[in-house]
Amino acid sequence: MTVPQPQLENLYQEIILDHYRSPHHKGLREPYQVEVRHLNPTCGDEITLRVQLDDDVVSDVSYDSQGCSISQASASVLTDLVIGKPLSRATEVHEEFVRLMQSKGELEPDEDVLEDAIAFAGVSRYPARIKCALLAWMAWKDATAQALGSVTASNGGGDN
Amino acid sequence: MTYDVALVRKDFPILDREVRPGVPLVYLDSAATSQKPTAVLDAMRDYNEQHNANVHRGIHTLAEEATALYESARDKVAAFIGAPDRREVVFTKNSTEALNLMAHVLPFGPGDEVVITEMEHHSNLVPWQLACQRVGAKLRWIGLTDDGRLDLSDVDGLITSRTKVVSIVHQSNLLGTVNPIAEIAAKAHAVGATVVVDASQSVPHMPVDVSTLGADAIAFTGHKMCGPTGIGVLWARADLLESLPPFLAGGEMIDEVTMAGSTFAELPHKYEAGTPPIAQAVGLGAAIDYLTELGMDAVHAHEKQLTAYLLDGLSGVDGLRIIGPTSTERRGGAVSFVMDGFHPHDIGQLLDQYGVAVRVGHHCARPACLRYGIPATSRASLHLYSDTGDVDALVTGLGKVREFFG
Repeated sequence: MTVPQPQLENLYQEIILDHYRSPHHKGLREPYQVEVRHLNPTCGDEITLRVQLDDDVVSDVSYDSQGCSISQASASVLTDLVIGKPLSRATEVHEEFVRLMQSKGELEPDEDVLEDAIAFAGVSRYPARIKCALLAWMAWKDATAQALGSVTASNGGGDN
Repeated sequence: MTYDVALVRKDFPILDREVRPGVPLVYLDSAATSQKPTAVLDAMRDYNEQHNANVHRGIHTLAEEATALYESARDKVAAFIGAPDRREVVFTKNSTEALNLMAHVLPFGPGDEVVITEMEHHSNLVPWQLACQRVGAKLRWIGLTDDGRLDLSDVDGLITSRTKVVSIVHQSNLLGTVNPIAEIAAKAHAVGATVVVDASQSVPHMPVDVSTLGADAIAFTGHKMCGPTGIGVLWARADLLESLPPFLAGGEMIDEVTMAGSTFAELPHKYEAGTPPIAQAVGLGAAIDYLTELGMDAVHAHEKQLTAYLLDGLSGVDGLRIIGPTSTERRGGAVSFVMDGFHPHDIGQLLDQYGVAVRVGHHCARPACLRYGIPATSRASLHLYSDTGDVDALVTGLGKVREFFG
């Protein structure tokens, strides 16, 4: 009997494996305004992520993480896509990525917005892995919200 | 009579299925839940088709039949674990509820201590954390050695006159380790502490006799012993349960109710508030008949032999490290492992492509994972229907991991 070859290409696209083997922007850096730590309680994956915002531009996102190839590659792609971008643009990318992850494989990803992140389209067909792909993105969203809050607070507060 | 696993497998229809065309199921996740033999499925169907009624209420024929079936399941459980008194067998939802029950009703207070271990499943850890916080008691734990055993070097410093409860797992779901219950129970009893044992992973795989185990109470669950989900068992010494207050309150657990107050039913009903899981009890009874017919000594011997084969197979996989004991001595058939450079999620996903079902993650035992400096493991776990073909498929699949992700 021949063992069937795995048909995992939809999930593990070569782009994902490349980012997993050689992650971009990995490591915790200074300066940063906020550091958050997020866990995936079902599998024990974790990420510590820092953000630095300057004049509504995402100056830096640095991170240290351990987890599966999907979560590692996702963090790497995230940093590629948001570092150096205006916050409004980065937020759009974030929203598009979340929409893709919730699409159950039904959405044609927008390559202009998502670039390498389109490789994660197949992940949305694997319910158990969506949280892996979203771990870094949720950490970034949380850290960014806190950074905006602290910037507002240091400017004398506000009730926005 | 020799144990014929090929014959046993015919009793489990699910083992014949393919997970996708041409890829047969290789089920190595029995520590999460076991598969059910036809006898269990038939018993539950027969109950629902022919005898369904509420128990302990009404005098019509169906109610009598349902009550007799439900209570005969209690007799079967009592006989299976050597309980001296059928009133000591309380049906719960699962092991977790049984352990929560004990954490709620056992008396301890400020300055008292509860001792658990670092290899507990969260179900035998978090209830004690909460109970200790509630009453101002202190939670202490027995640590682990590098080879996956309890570190008993300081056990006399941990179990002291302040200890009121010692609650420990019989067989670890993460490490597979079988713990020396009698030895620890003797120390606990010497200081007057009550001994609770999480037997979720031992009762389904080896003969367990509560009259010699050393525990005052044990918890286990139906769905890991070829029975259905939705039913668990608390066994506890009758004199202990009689001395303790109720847990869940409502119908069935009362004696006399007035608006001013209530008195409570005799054991075991005092701890069975509300309509119990009746069909599930019938299914559990059928599972116990099935296990008894195979013989738990034979089941245990089969699994021990296969665990040796599994450990041997895994030791030949490049870069693989077993988390837990590496011999079959005082260990069961749940084997956790990590592979350098490859995450359990990815390993599990690749194995699934070959039909091989393993569990990945921290297995609800995160502190033990932290102890070994790992976020997660892959775990292959055996049961009475597992065979060498299952292990071979696992080892073959693991051989592809480096090829795919490396």
